[in-house]
Amino acid sequence: MGIVSRGFFGRRREGDAELPPGQYLTHDFPVLSAGPTPRIGLDRWEFTIDTETGETHRWSWADLMKLPSETPTVDLHCVTKWSKLGTDWQGVSLDVLFEDVETSAEYALAYSYGGYTTNLPLEDLLDGKAWITYKFDGEDLTPPHGGPARLLVPHLYLWKSAKWVRGIRLMNEDWPGFWETAGYHNYGDPWREQRYQGD
Amino acid sequence: MSIDYLDGNALAGPLGEIFAVEVTTAVGTCAGCGAAGPVASLHVYGPEPGLVARCPSCEEVVLRLVRTPDAVWLDMRGAISLRIPMPEPRT
Amino acid sequence: MRRLPWRAAKLTGIRQETATARTLVFTIPGWPGHLAGQHVDVRLTAPDGYSTERSYSVAAPERGDRVELTVELVEDGEVSPYLLEVLEVGDEVEIRGPVGGWFVWRPERATPVLLVGGGSGVVPLMAMIRARRAAGSSAPFRLIYSVREPDQRFYLDELADPQPGLDITYIFTRKTPDGWDRAPGRITAADLDGVSPGTDSYVCGPTGFVEAAADHLIALGHAPDRIRTERFGPTGG
Repeated sequence: MGIVSRGFFGRRREGDAELPPGQYLTHDFPVLSAGPTPRIGLDRWEFTIDTETGETHRWSWADLMKLPSETPTVDLHCVTKWSKLGTDWQGVSLDVLFEDVETSAEYALAYSYGGYTTNLPLEDLLDGKAWITYKFDGEDLTPPHGGPARLLVPHLYLWKSAKWVRGIRLMNEDWPGFWETAGYHNYGDPWREQRYQGD
Repeated sequence: MSIDYLDGNALAGPLGEIFAVEVTTAVGTCAGCGAAGPVASLHVYGPEPGLVARCPSCEEVVLRLVRTPDAVWLDMRGAISLRIPMPEPRT
Repeated sequence: MRRLPWRAAKLTGIRQETATARTLVFTIPGWPGHLAGQHVDVRLTAPDGYSTERSYSVAAPERGDRVELTVELVEDGEVSPYLLEVLEVGDEVEIRGPVGGWFVWRPERATPVLLVGGGSGVVPLMAMIRARRAAGSSAPFRLIYSVREPDQRFYLDELADPQPGLDITYIFTRKTPDGWDRAPGRITAADLDGVSPGTDSYVCGPTGFVEAAADHLIALGHAPDRIRTERFGPTGG
């Protein structure tokens, strides 16, 4: 540990039992980025699910808007240690999108406009645990926060909730994504503090 | 277009922790488009969750660096090569 | 082997630059020296082991074990409020550096130099101006310094003192002094016109400012490889 600087405590930790270990509470909504923010026109936006057998399911923006939506209120936990509680979203449950998808794959790779990828077990996307969201706090999701549409998987660290999501590829083998190949944990459960590989 | 990046200069500290030479003056060649330029001129996003350095010509990732509590992860697969200036040996 | 260690840095002096910025003078035993334009990383550690770090440009050329940083307050920041409001003479932080070998000026170079600074982006440029004077260099220097309002200028008294071969132009983006002949506004190509394209340019400031200034210079015929930039982004604090 380094030399302690007198009077420095850091900006964090309104620590309380509601938060996963090592997290601090924030009230703003920080934006982290690994590249330029893509701007995707709704007329050319699409979302696809590709199965392990090569079958493709495709939705345009208009298709997505016709599907029944939900309004989950969830807590967000970023691996950079901030947590934001009680956030309001609107989007389509992945259970709805997977209704007609035939698959026996165990693994999913979410991929985004701009090239970002993140991997997770398929079961973490189903049973009411994940959404394709397009509204935050009642407003259209802005590009810095992942608009027009963002994957939301709030029970995992926020890097799994891919911004600018473009599709999900289903696979029989796990395929580590952008941060998962650069030292971050393959699964990323905030309650088990799985930040880095080996945690 | 977003302009929320830094210069490759921002890599000098983190790379100085692992390399014995000043790497930001080295000339890197992008594996995506072949453009060559000093590491200092890359577009750097981050620092959190990690530093992502992209080619100023094609925006492909050239280099990534993640600092964990007990390791540095360095991914340079987006660079064909890195030409590092070295002092000439004394004769 | 020259890997960079963290060194203990004791605050030995403070100079107020503006209402929201001050220069901090640290003494760092074993400091290896630095070049004008380089920066350092400052690390703060709390009693429970939590630590965080930020990069700051060095404001003055090498002088023994003294390192001067000019720090501007970032609203809601984590580090700058501590450095400006809590840290007192005698307190210690840790500093690693110097780092960066690209955005530097070496006194032996006689080529004319254009310095373009936005806000606290003037800090490494001031290190170059001071290094020029300390070395007795006669390389022609021109500083174009953009700030929102007159009272946000750093180093005002020192820059008001004329130096042969150093030409200074201020750009005010929001409010000018009375009788100023340029209307307030962001930097334009006209502000940078008249500089020989054979000049070495150093541009430092917020990302949008650097982008605009570098684009103007390229449009005016400056070669991109003669323009060195240092951006500081939104993740400061």
